[in-house]
Formats: sequence, structure tokens, C-alpha cells
Amino acid sequence: MNLAAQLPVLPIITPLIAAPLTILMPSEKFGGRAPYVWATLVAWAAFAACAALLHAVATAGPISYHLGDWAPPIGIEYRIDLANALVLTLVSGVAALVMPFSFRSVRAEIDPRQTSLFYAALMICMAGLLGVTITGDAFNVFVFLEISSLSTYALVAMGGRTDRRALTASFNYLVMGTIGATFFVIGLGLLYQATGTLNMADVKHQLAGDNNRMVEAGFAFIVVGMGLKAAMFPMHLWMPNAYAYAPSVVSAFIAATATKVAVYVIIRFIYSVIGIEFGFIEAAFNYLLMPMAIAGMFFASIVAIFQDDVKRMLAYSSVGQIGYMLLGVSFGTEQGLTASLVHLINHGMMKGALFMAAACVMLRVGSHSISAYAGLARRMPATAAAFILSGLSLIGAPLTVGFISKWQLLAAAFDSGRAWAGFLVVASSFLAVIYVGRVIELMLLRPPAPDAAGVKEAPLSMIIPLLVLTGANVYFGLNTELTVDLAERAAHALMGSAR
Amino acid sequence: MISAGDAVALSVALPIAGAGAVWLLDRAPNLREAATLLTGAALVALTLVVFLAVGEGARPGYFVFTVIGGLPIEFQAEPLGAMFAVLASVLWFVNSLYSIGYMRGHHEKHQTRFYMCFAVAIAAAMGVAYAANLFTLFIFYEVLTLSTFPLVTHKGDDAARFGGRVYIGILMGTSIGLLLPAIIWVYSIAGTTNFTPGGVLATPLADAGALPVILMGLFAFGIGKAALMPVHPWLPNAMVAPTPVSAFLHAVAVVKAGVFSVLKVAVYIFGLDFLSASGASAPFMWIAAASILLASAIAMHKDNLKARLAYSTVSQLSYVTLGAMLATQMGVMGGAMQIAAHAAGKMTLFMCAGAIYVGAHKTLVSEVRGLGRKMPFTFIAFFIGAMSIVGLPPMGGSWPKFLLMLGAADAGQLAIIGVLIVSSLLNVVYLLSIPVQAFYLEPAEAGAKPQGSGAPAIDWRNIEEAPALCVIPPLITALFALLLFIFADPLYAYLAPIAEAR
Repeated sequence: MNLAAQLPVLPIITPLIAAPLTILMPSEKFGGRAPYVWATLVAWAAFAACAALLHAVATAGPISYHLGDWAPPIGIEYRIDLANALVLTLVSGVAALVMPFSFRSVRAEIDPRQTSLFYAALMICMAGLLGVTITGDAFNVFVFLEISSLSTYALVAMGGRTDRRALTASFNYLVMGTIGATFFVIGLGLLYQATGTLNMADVKHQLAGDNNRMVEAGFAFIVVGMGLKAAMFPMHLWMPNAYAYAPSVVSAFIAATATKVAVYVIIRFIYSVIGIEFGFIEAAFNYLLMPMAIAGMFFASIVAIFQDDVKRMLAYSSVGQIGYMLLGVSFGTEQGLTASLVHLINHGMMKGALFMAAACVMLRVGSHSISAYAGLARRMPATAAAFILSGLSLIGAPLTVGFISKWQLLAAAFDSGRAWAGFLVVASSFLAVIYVGRVIELMLLRPPAPDAAGVKEAPLSMIIPLLVLTGANVYFGLNTELTVDLAERAAHALMGSAR
Repeated sequence: MISAGDAVALSVALPIAGAGAVWLLDRAPNLREAATLLTGAALVALTLVVFLAVGEGARPGYFVFTVIGGLPIEFQAEPLGAMFAVLASVLWFVNSLYSIGYMRGHHEKHQTRFYMCFAVAIAAAMGVAYAANLFTLFIFYEVLTLSTFPLVTHKGDDAARFGGRVYIGILMGTSIGLLLPAIIWVYSIAGTTNFTPGGVLATPLADAGALPVILMGLFAFGIGKAALMPVHPWLPNAMVAPTPVSAFLHAVAVVKAGVFSVLKVAVYIFGLDFLSASGASAPFMWIAAASILLASAIAMHKDNLKARLAYSTVSQLSYVTLGAMLATQMGVMGGAMQIAAHAAGKMTLFMCAGAIYVGAHKTLVSEVRGLGRKMPFTFIAFFIGAMSIVGLPPMGGSWPKFLLMLGAADAGQLAIIGVLIVSSLLNVVYLLSIPVQAFYLEPAEAGAKPQGSGAPAIDWRNIEEAPALCVIPPLITALFALLLFIFADPLYAYLAPIAEAR
């Protein structure tokens, strides 16, 4: 048994084992540095493993790993192809930046006695999201989903120290998230009833395009359940408050990862578990995903314009951006799927950077209300620059990842003969110009509030990860080998597996 | 001697480096301005190298890298772009001299940011000029918008904020909402966005019904910088910027990048044959004609000098759009020459407006009466610039009007000739009247009566001119306007390949 052969399990078990150990560490000694350093190391290890996996999959093709050496379909299989290797890299990459970033922000916002618990929960959340992504077993998705969700509920509630509203936000999220999970597991049950297996590939093999009501109902439950987790319009109501009142670090991490993973699961179930040869999938594309995606793009973006809280605004913007991803999926073409996968990765980068910038502002100004951003370009130039660049990326300005996403999505729309959808996408990005522009104008052109006189730039431990992620927004806007090329291959493989 | 291909790449890179130098020299204003001027001089040399190489028939290019499959960032100089680049770099240099005089004479704040943004904007203009495909053009087009935003909002007060909001809203809105889909649509139809002699759409869109018209519409309005009505309001609103910005960016770099893009799209994406055969351009020819007249009519009502010049710019830019939409060889040539002629003329006018502001603190047309006797050099330059804009010989502006009329005749659009005539008459009224009133009327305080023959001639000992750096640059550009008349033939011969490429 060599380590390389065990690589697929490393991103999962490393944080899972490390998390309980974190609880044993002193929360208050060394200023809470012990769990922080530990969590950072674990996140880096997970990222290294995921990057190695991505490399292996990109060069040598999909990997199938049998957990405990029990062969599927009885045993649990981790199945890594390009699609989930990309998402794994995104999740662990964001974690690897958020963990080193977190120290000062956590010390300011979290009860010092809970530091160890906080990092333990964050690691479990990461392990859960990675597990959802990596597994090739449908029920295992549910298990990991709950692992990540439960820890997220706790993490959101920890924001209660600075803002009591975090508690109701967390409770709301708990109720909605549980409904989503329940729907999902009912859907799984129906699929199990129809096929007698839970291994994704095996489910697909057993179904073999054999249509019946049970499969249809199962699919409906799964899409609705996952749609809730992905904050698909109109099931997004839990999200703005959860993102707004969670501790800044938590917002940055889950905004960049959690909903993307849920979108990934929807894609995975459509293509690799059910298979698009079913007629009802096309109906779901045309009558559910596409209208909901478009409604979300507009509704959420318009609501975002009127938010006075930057984190809430960013959360609503996420609902709109999830709309782009689902719109790409709903085209039902390889190009549309590519666009979705690309945007999934790219949006993780932009939202991660934006929420990290918001965390810096929270630390220095003590608020995420939009008025806290007045005149920020003078006081916190690096943070403001990062916010502006990532904001431009969100709008889709050239030389950023947002532009690549938009280009792919529009090209997919035009090539599939849906020019009107392309124009709807650009119309909704104009809404993004307005809500991002509001904040940028405030940062550049308004004088700072009088009580913000002593505001300084955020500490280097936060600025460096923030700038790295902002730099990624630009780098991957120029060099798309890692995103577009791999996403194209991933989409091709998903479509291939579907046919 | 560097190769022309490298010169193309350096023209884009050098101003960026210049912006870096300006930033580093923040504390030493004299060195900082020296950096700007040095960059400007080097840029002029680079663009001339490219210009000459293109004149010899070469098409020097530079491949940067591929972003997405089939979509490279790539430069390739052709006559129109080479001319635009030379024009922009030379006028940038002149304008930099003027900026120094204006910004210092006016004690403006944030001068380092000002010069940095200016340098980035000129880099973006170079990128637009040399872009080898629509994708590259779009990237630099957007950089140009974003880098000029801090210049428009330079003052940072409420008016600047409002102007900036309109500026960025219209330019970003049209480019993201219309231009980007148009580019992606072209890519989806033709599989390429390369500027190709003869166009890329003729074959795939051979009988596509209304699609060419829709696409042309997306381009015509999506290129908001061309200020075709009704997407023009950003331009008058951009006048809140300091005058050097209005003079260079909103008479030359930004607006010319717009009409330049329209010409490129007409010639190298649609192709003139396809454009006239499909009738894609006809509706926009009429919109451009309406734009010419309407903007002139609005300009007549503006008492604020810069606002009047801005509406005059809207009107004059539509000449270029009109030339492209005529879809004839002469029309395109007229449009191309108009880019150069209007740049020299309008920049002169703006710099004069700035000189009047710095020297006499006047901003209204009604206030400049009688001022010509105190500021004769400024108003002589203004007079020459206005003559060129109107299209009177011996000024450069006369040739484009002449060619456009020929183009309209070729296209069988006699009504367009009428539009051009009426527009020139309107120009006479609202532009030439300004220097005339400045020289021949008494100041407004004294009743603005004609001075009559008894009044003394210009009292050369009592001149109250603006600082030399504000007065000499408009005289230089006024000289350019004159030279463009004399050397129109070589320029015509130089540009001819763009319209002949079939």
C-alpha cells in the first residue's frame, strides 16, 4: 500500500481526523494560534492532495477508489473525474486561502473560548463539502452533505457574538436546509426503490433509460432538495441572512464553496446518475431550470441593488449568479455545461475575494453596512483595490474570470440558437454594474465617515490571501487552460457518459 | 532600429510602464512630468515606426497569447489603425504639455493619479488601434472606459459623481449589453473575430434576412464611444472633467476609439460589399444623419462653451459613422479622414476653451465677447480650429466633408448631401460666431456692442493670455489642422488600401 494509491481519500480523512484533534487544542493560550496554525496546515494538505488529484485525473483519466477495499456497488466508491476534481480543487483552494486569512478576523469576531471549536467546525464543513464532491455513491452524498450542513449551521450561529440576528439566520437555515436534505434523501429513496442500488454508476446502469414514475418523482425530489441547498430561486430565502450575519470568515468560505458544490451535485445527478436520455430531463431543463434561472438572475440582482448591507448584497448577487450556472445547464448542450462548470469555478473565486474584502472592512471599520465603505480607497487601498477588481470580475469586465464566464455562457446561448437568453444574461449583468458600482463609487468618491478617522489597512495576514485570490481572478481571466480547457473536457465526459 | 512588430507591442506596453514611472515619481512633480513627456516622445517614435512600415505595405503584428480556444489577444497594424495610433500619440504628447500648464495653473489635486490614468488610457487606445480581432478590441475598449473614469470624476464633487455615473453607466451598459453579445454572435456565426479584409460575415450570412441589420444595430449602438444618438449623453456629461481630459480623451482618444471601431467593424467584419448588398447599414445611415443635425441644433442652444463643443463632437462623430454606413469607398475614406481632421480641430477648440478658463476664468460663450483682444493667440487658434470643423478650406476638415459628399453621391443618397450642407451651415453659426464675437464685440459688461472702426486694434502690450503651456499647444494643433489640408493627398493614398480591400 503506497500513499499515491490512497491519494483520493486523503482530502477527506485529513480534515475529518484533524477536526476532533483541534478540539483538544487550547483555545485561549498563544492567542488562539494553535488551532489556527493547525487548520491552515490541514487545509494546505487537503489542497495539495486535491491539486495532485486534479493533475492525475487530467493526465491519466478518471480514478475509482474503493473505500476500505469494498468493491462497488456494495462498497462506497470515490470516483474522481475532471468535473469533480475541478470542484475539489476550488473548495480546497478556497479553504487553503481562507484558513491563513482567518486569524485576525476570528479573534475579533469569535468568542475566544470557542476558537478551537470554530476551527474544528470549519474543518468538518470543508471535509463535508469535499466528500459530497468526491464520492461516487449517491447516499454518501447525503451523508457528507449533512456533515457540512450541520457544521455550517453551527458556524453561522457563532456570528451571534457580534450580531444576535445570526441566531435566527442560523435557525432559518437549519429548518430550510433540513427540508432540503429531507427532499434529497426521499429522492434517493425513490431511486433506490427503482434500482436497488446506491452507487451512482450502478443506478444509471440499472435505470438504462427505463422510464417510470418513481424515477421521475425521485429526480424531482433531488432537484428541489439540492436546489434549496444551492439557493436556487425561489428557494434562496435562507441565504441572504445566513451569509450576512455569519462570521466574516465563514461567509467567505461558504459563499465561495457551498452553493457551488450543490450546483455540482445537480449536474452530477442529471448526467451521471439519471442520464439525460430521459424525456423528463428536457422538460425539467425547459420548464423548471431555465425559467427559475432567469427569474433568479433578475429578481435577485434587482434586490441586490437595494441592499444597504454589503454582505447581504453579495448574497443576493450569489442567487443571481447561481442563475447563470443553472441557465448554462438548462441549455442541455455541451457548451452550456462547460459554461456552467467554468462559472462555478470562477464565481467561487470572485465571491471568495469579495467576501474576504468585506471581512477586512469588518475588521477595521466594524461594520458591513454600505456606509462603512465610504472613502475606503484612501484608508484601505489594498482592500479597496481587491474589492474593485473582484467586483469588476463579478460584472464581467475583460481581463477577469467573470469575462470568461460571460463569454462562455453567451457563446453557448448563441450556438444553441437562444440569442434571447444571451441578451437576458447581459441585461442582468447590467444590474451587476449598478450594485457593484454603488459600492465602488462610495469607496472612490465619497469622503469617509467622520468616525472612521483612524481606519488603517487590514493586516498583512489578511491582505496577502485576499490579493492572492484577487490575483487568481485576473490570472484565470487570461490563462484559461486550467478552467475552460478542463471544464470543456469535463463537460464532454459528462455528456459522453450520458449518451 | 526595432522591428515594426515589436514596436506594435511596445506601443501598448510603454505607456503602462510610463504610468508606473509616474507613480514612483509621485513626490517629484517635475521628474514626474518629465516621465510623461519622455513616454510620450518615445511613443510617438514607436507609432511612427509602425506607420512607416504599414505604408510600405507590411502588416506588422504581435501575438500575445490565446485566452480561450480560437480567441487570441493579438495585434496587427493596418493603415487605419496605424493612422489612429500616430494621431493619438502625437496629440497625447501635445496634450501632455498642455496638461502641465493647465493642471499647475489651476492647482489641481491628485495630479499623480491624473497622469497615471492618462497613461493607462493611452495604452488602451493603442490596444484598440492595433487590435487584430474584435476580442482584443473589446478588452482594450473596456480598459479605456475604466481608466478614464477617475479622470472624469477628478473633481470628486456631486457634479463629477453624477457625470461619472452617466459616463460609466452608458459606456459599460452599451458595451456589455450590446457590443459584447454582438461580438460573441459574430464569433458564433463566423467562428472568428479577426479583422479580415472583405469581412467575415458575407458567406455565413448570405441570406439571413434581418440578422445583418440586427447585428449592425448592436455594433452601432453598442460602441457607445461613437456617441451615436441616443447613446450620446455620456459625452456632454464627461465635460465635468478637467479640460485636458475633455480635449484629448473626449475629442480624440475615447471618441475616436469609438468611431474607429465602427469603421473597423464596417470594413473588416461586415465588408463594404456585404454591407451595401444586405442593406444592413441603411437604417443607421439615417440615424447618423439625424444625429448630425440634432446634435448641432442642441449645440446652438448651449451657452456653456465646453457643452457646446461636446454636442459639436457628437455631431462630428456621426460624420464618421455616416461614412461607414454609406458603405461606399468614398464614404469610408471620408470617415477615416474625418477621424484625423476632427481630432486636430476639436482638440484645438477644447484647449482654447481651457486656456480661456485658466486665463480669464470664463466658461460661457456669452462671456467671451471682446476677449479676443486680450487673448489673441487663443482666439486665433480657436478660429482656425472652428474653420476646420466647419469644413472651410484651407483647413483639414474640408476634405472629409468633400469625400463624404462624394460617397453619398456614389450611394445615390442625395438627401445625405443636403444633411451635410445644412450641418456645415449650423457649424458656422455656433462655432465661428465665437471668435468673431470675441474679436469684434465689446465685452459683455460694456454692452457687447460692435467695437466699430474707431476702436483700437489689438493692444500688443496689454495681452492677458493664459500661461504659455496653455496657449502654445492649441497653436500647434491648429497648425496640424492646416497641414492636414495640404498633405491630404498622401494621407488619402496611405488610407486607400482599407477601402479597396475587397
